[in-house]
Amino acid sequence: MILGVPPALLFSQVMLGLINGAFYALMSLGLAVIFGLLNIINFVHGALFMMGAMLAWLLASYVGLGYWWALFIAPAMVGVFALMLERLFVRRLHGVDPLYGLLLTFGLALVIEGVFRVKFGTQGMGYDIPPSLQGAFRLGFMVLPVYRAWVVAAAVLLCLLIWLAVEKTRLGSVLRAATENAALVQAFGINVPRLVTLIYALGGALAAFAGVLGAPITSVDPNMGQNIVIVAFAVVTIGGLGSIAGPIVMGFVVGLIEGLTKVFYPDASSVAIFVLMILVLLIRPAGLFGRAA
Amino acid sequence: MASAREEAAGHAGGLGLSRSERVALAGLAALLVFGPFAIYPIFLMNALCFALFAAAYNLMIGYVGLMSFGHAAFFGMGSYVGGWTARYWHLDPLLAIAMGGATGLLMGTAFGWLALRRQGQAIYFATITLALAQMVYFVCVRATGFTGGEDGLQQVPRGRLLGLLSLTSDRAMYVVVAAIFLAGFLAIVRVVHSPFGQVLVAIRENEPRAVSLGYQTRHYKLIATIISCTLSGVAGAMQAIVFGIASLENVHFSMSGEVVLMTLTGGMGTLLGPVVGGFLVTAMENYLAPLGNWVNVLQGIVFVACVLTFRRGIVGVLGARTGWRL
Repeated sequence: MILGVPPALLFSQVMLGLINGAFYALMSLGLAVIFGLLNIINFVHGALFMMGAMLAWLLASYVGLGYWWALFIAPAMVGVFALMLERLFVRRLHGVDPLYGLLLTFGLALVIEGVFRVKFGTQGMGYDIPPSLQGAFRLGFMVLPVYRAWVVAAAVLLCLLIWLAVEKTRLGSVLRAATENAALVQAFGINVPRLVTLIYALGGALAAFAGVLGAPITSVDPNMGQNIVIVAFAVVTIGGLGSIAGPIVMGFVVGLIEGLTKVFYPDASSVAIFVLMILVLLIRPAGLFGRAA
Repeated sequence: MASAREEAAGHAGGLGLSRSERVALAGLAALLVFGPFAIYPIFLMNALCFALFAAAYNLMIGYVGLMSFGHAAFFGMGSYVGGWTARYWHLDPLLAIAMGGATGLLMGTAFGWLALRRQGQAIYFATITLALAQMVYFVCVRATGFTGGEDGLQQVPRGRLLGLLSLTSDRAMYVVVAAIFLAGFLAIVRVVHSPFGQVLVAIRENEPRAVSLGYQTRHYKLIATIISCTLSGVAGAMQAIVFGIASLENVHFSMSGEVVLMTLTGGMGTLLGPVVGGFLVTAMENYLAPLGNWVNVLQGIVFVACVLTFRRGIVGVLGARTGWRL
């Protein structure tokens, strides 16, 4: 017993927390990068997450393409879709009060989720864990399902890769420079509008990737992205929108805290994140990774 | 959003109204009096609740430039508390509605204070209020003893006004709703045209300058938030009394989106805009209800279209075309 809780329960909830944390991290990372560059809080992110999961389900049920195919095809398709959204709608708000960006993307999310509800209803659809990831590791202190381990490992790896790409590659340095001062970067002959489109599409693809990862462990339905995007907002509010590491670390931390709340005080697990946000606002209003204004 | 100079111009009359505003107000009063003869009173009452909600919301987004994305929390909790006190404490309907307002006041004070602690980018105010409202939603889902969960808080009685006049007839209820709406609306008009309201507009137009003039802008923002949330609570409680039910729908974030939609379509920063928008969105939901989920799609399309091409809203455009201040 640890703190009056059986270790198996504790570890499995910690694991579940890390999984949710993986989704929060992938979502908030995309939100933060898009915000840095476009100054837009991208509400449509939740709908793109949902599209990733729905596409995985559609590919499996109508085309017969399995999980590993979906893991590449769904993000690619959603990435192209996000690219079109940016070109058709988001771009037109350049130079307008950033609050309108939230309203626009909220409207887009309503349309996308509404269309999916019309087509597929709100009933959750099941999506099987691929055969290669079924089963569990017996670790002695707990039983760890292979799929859960895979989700956390994949998300951590992807976050690390993105962090490295932003910190170490040329594209990353251009991105960081454009986040600081887009006009100056443009003056150096870099096509900033194209960079914006690219980053927006990549952020969308990242959300869809998280959606595919989540498909086998959550119920797949048109509303599945609604809460997660709000939680991701809370995560970027806690961490501050100014950094790459912030949303990644905070995503996992928040997931973990949510998991632990489930062990010790299950009734409060759905509000734990928001209580954490309140505490951060009380103690460190600028956010844990944010710079004071 | 109208410029500060336009707003500062033409102050006369008891509420500081311009001539065009007085004409518009007279038109609104005529609609309130003659409306029930032409329009189904239940629809009218619903629209008035939403119109008051939107007008309260507009005080923040239109006049201070503060975007709350969690106003459903105040409206929804107002409706729960109003409904609960009417049903279980057998409060007078007016008192129950006042309790809804008090709920909005308390929550608005707490949430506004918290959200305003984060300085810098205005967008954080939206994300924080949205997150806090989502927390309220989850609490409401869990607290089935208070909210009735998925079924909602049902059988809220309309009661007797001041213990005398039964409100079970729609006509009697309508008179009360119209009176409360008008009182709330005039309160907002009064606030907007007061020196306090002028400072709000100054903050919207140029906050650093307002600060340099010596205004504690955070206090002004907080007070505007509290007024807005109080009236949102009143609107929510009023709706619970009218329909006899308070449900989870009212605290869901899509309700926060709806009030933004009303304000946006009608015209942010105009007095009559939110009322027009409130009627429009209520009508849309009422008459298009058979379309089911397509209503959401349509709402989304209206959202996108408004943001891209119609940011001034109906009343805003009308005012700009005619040169009237509405």
